[in-house]
Amino acid sequence: MALWKPDPTFYPSPRDALAAPPEKLAYVAAFDRAAAKPDAIAVLDVDPDSASYGGVVGWSELPNLGDELHHFGWNACSSALCPGSPHPHVERRYLIVPGLRSSRIHVLDTKDDPANPRLVKTIEAEDLARRAGYSRPHTVHCGPEGLYVTALGGADGREGPGGIALLDHTSFEVLGQWEVERGPQFFAYDAWWHIAHDVLVSSEWGTPSMIEDGVVGELLLGRKYGHKLHFWDLRKRKHVQEVDLGDEHQMALELRPAHDPTKQYGFAGVVVSVEDLSASVWLWHRDGDAWAATKVITIPAEPADAASLPPVIAPFGAVPPLVTDIDLSVDDRWLYVSCWGTGELKRYDVGDPFHPVEAGSVRIGGIVNRTPHPAAPDEPLAGGPQMVEVSRDGRRVYVTNSLYGAWDDQFYPDGVGAWMAKLDSTEDGFAFDTRFFPHGDDFRGLRPHQTRLQGGDASSDSYCYP
Amino acid sequence: MKDGSLAALVALGAFHGLNPAMGWLFAVARGLQERSRAPVLQSLPAIAAGHAASVGAVALLVTLTRSVVATRAVAIGGGVLLVAFGLWRLLSQRHFRWVGMRISLWQLAGWSFLMSSAHGAGLMLLPVLNAGAAPVAGHDHGLAAGTGSAVSAAVFVTAVHTLAMFAVAGAVAVLVYEIVGLAVLRRAWFNLDRVWAVALVGAGAVTLITA
Repeated sequence: MALWKPDPTFYPSPRDALAAPPEKLAYVAAFDRAAAKPDAIAVLDVDPDSASYGGVVGWSELPNLGDELHHFGWNACSSALCPGSPHPHVERRYLIVPGLRSSRIHVLDTKDDPANPRLVKTIEAEDLARRAGYSRPHTVHCGPEGLYVTALGGADGREGPGGIALLDHTSFEVLGQWEVERGPQFFAYDAWWHIAHDVLVSSEWGTPSMIEDGVVGELLLGRKYGHKLHFWDLRKRKHVQEVDLGDEHQMALELRPAHDPTKQYGFAGVVVSVEDLSASVWLWHRDGDAWAATKVITIPAEPADAASLPPVIAPFGAVPPLVTDIDLSVDDRWLYVSCWGTGELKRYDVGDPFHPVEAGSVRIGGIVNRTPHPAAPDEPLAGGPQMVEVSRDGRRVYVTNSLYGAWDDQFYPDGVGAWMAKLDSTEDGFAFDTRFFPHGDDFRGLRPHQTRLQGGDASSDSYCYP
Repeated sequence: MKDGSLAALVALGAFHGLNPAMGWLFAVARGLQERSRAPVLQSLPAIAAGHAASVGAVALLVTLTRSVVATRAVAIGGGVLLVAFGLWRLLSQRHFRWVGMRISLWQLAGWSFLMSSAHGAGLMLLPVLNAGAAPVAGHDHGLAAGTGSAVSAAVFVTAVHTLAMFAVAGAVAVLVYEIVGLAVLRRAWFNLDRVWAVALVGAGAVTLITA
C-alpha cells in the first residue's frame, strides 16, 4: 500500500542522507557451502544500546538447498525521488535476494517483523532464463525502469553473454533483458550508474565455468578473466565505450560511483595483477567527451614462505592482497578497500579522487597472518575482510569474511570460518568495535557474505539531487 | 463561461502546478545539476507547453464532440470514463516510468506531455468543459460555426488552466530552488497521486450528476 508521505528512508541528496539515523539491524547473506542446509538471511542487532547487540537476532531460511546467496538489494531507494518519474510513496521493505549458484531470485518482506524477513516470492531460474536470457544473478540496484539485476551467465547452458535483467518494481516479474545494443561486452559482474547523467557502468568477472569450480590457474595466467569497464547510455540501453585496464589486471569487480550526482567519476577494484600479484583500484572519469580510467591505488603482494601458502599460490612465494570489495562513503570522502588475501582493511581519503591518501589500516585474518579480532585475541582467524559496507552517516563500517564458496576453499583450504566485524570510523582513524564480533557458531555453519543495513547504506541508494 | 467554472479552471491549474510530478521538481533538478537558476526558469515554459498540449487535446476532443453529439451523451460517456480512470489510478500500484535527466527542452516538453496524459490531467477538466462551453441554443449557424466556437472554447479553457498551472509551478520551483531546499520533500510531499485519483473520480461524478 502506498504511503501518504515519502518513505522516511529516501533522501533527495547524499548530503541529506548523511543525517540519516543509525541503523538498528543489519541483514547478512549466509550460505552453506555443502548445500546440505538451506541458505539464510541472518539478521544482526547493530543497536549499541540493545542487550543483544552484536548477536544474530533473526534467521530467515530459504526453502531450497544450494542457492549460494551472495549480493542482494532493496526494492526501492532514494532514486524514487528522481524527477522524471517520481514515486516516493512506495516503501523500502523488500529484499531482493539472488542465489548466485541456483539462479533463483527471492523476495523477502522485512516490514511486519524486520528481524525475521518473510519469503513472499521466488523467481525461478527458468523464468530468468526464458524472459531475460540470463543466469547467475548477482548485483541488485533499484533504478528508474525497475530493478536492475546483473547476471554472470547466459541461459540454457550458454556461458554468456552476461548482462542485466530488468525486474518490475512492484510485481518483481522479470521484464526482460535490459540491453538493446551490447556492443563488444560479454563478461558481466557489477553495474551501477551516474543517474543524473544517464550513464551506466558495468564490470567483468568471468563466465560460470570460469568461476564455479574455483579460479582456474591457466585462465588467470593466460589473462582470460575480465579486465574492462563498460560505459552505457542508461536511457537508450546502448553500449557507448569500453575501457580496457590492461589484460594483466585480472577481474575488475566492484564499482563505486560518486554519490554526488553532479560528478562523473567512480572507483573500480581489480583483484590481482598477474605481473606482480598486486591489487589495484582505478578511477574512471571523463576525458573530454570520452571515458578513461586511471590507476590511483596499487597494493603490493607480501612475500611469504611457500610452505605457509595454499597450493593455488604456493609457486609464487607471496600473498596477493586480493582486493575483492571496495566501498565509498556517502559523502564521497572515504574509500574502504578489502584485501582478502593479506587480511587487511585499508581506508583512503579520496577527497581528491585522483590522489587517494591512505588514512588508516587494520589487520584481521589473512592467508598467512591469521590475525585475531581484538575481542578474541587468542583465536586465529581464517578468511579476510571481504564484503565491506558503510553506514549512511559514514561512522560505522561492517565487514564479513567469505568471498565465494569455491574460492574460499582454494585460498583457505583448512576452512574459511565465519565472522563479521564492525569498525568505528572518524576523521582521525578507524578501529574495531570490541563489542561486535559475531563469529563461528553464531552463523550456524554458514558463511556470511554481503551486508545490507536497515534503511539503506553506502552502496544501496542513488540520488538525483546534489 | 460562468464565474464558478473559471474559478474551478484556475484551481485545477494550481493543483496541477503544485504536484511535483507535473514538472516543477524536474525544473529544480536541472537547476541544481547546473548550479544555476537559469535552467530552472528555462525549463518551466517547456513543461507548461507539454501540459497545455495534453490538456488542450482533451479539451478539443470534448468540445468538438459536443458540437456534433448531444451534450448529455458526451457528459455521460465522459463521466463514466473519468470515474473508471480515477478508480484505476487509485487502486493501481503502477507509476509512470521515465529514464533520462540529460534531456533537451523539447524532450522536456515531450516528457511533460506524457506525464500529464498518463495522469489524466485533461480529463479532470471535464466538468468545467461540460458546464462552460455548451453551444448556445438558437444561435447555431451550422456545423462550421459550431466547430469554430468549440475550438475557441477549448483554447480558452487550456490557456486559463495552463496559466494557473505555470504560475504555481513556477512559484514553487523558484521558492524551493532559492530558499526552501529539497529536504522539504521528505516532510511536505503528500501523496498527491492519491488525492489526484480521488479528484478524477469526483470530477466524473459531478459530470454524471449534472448531465
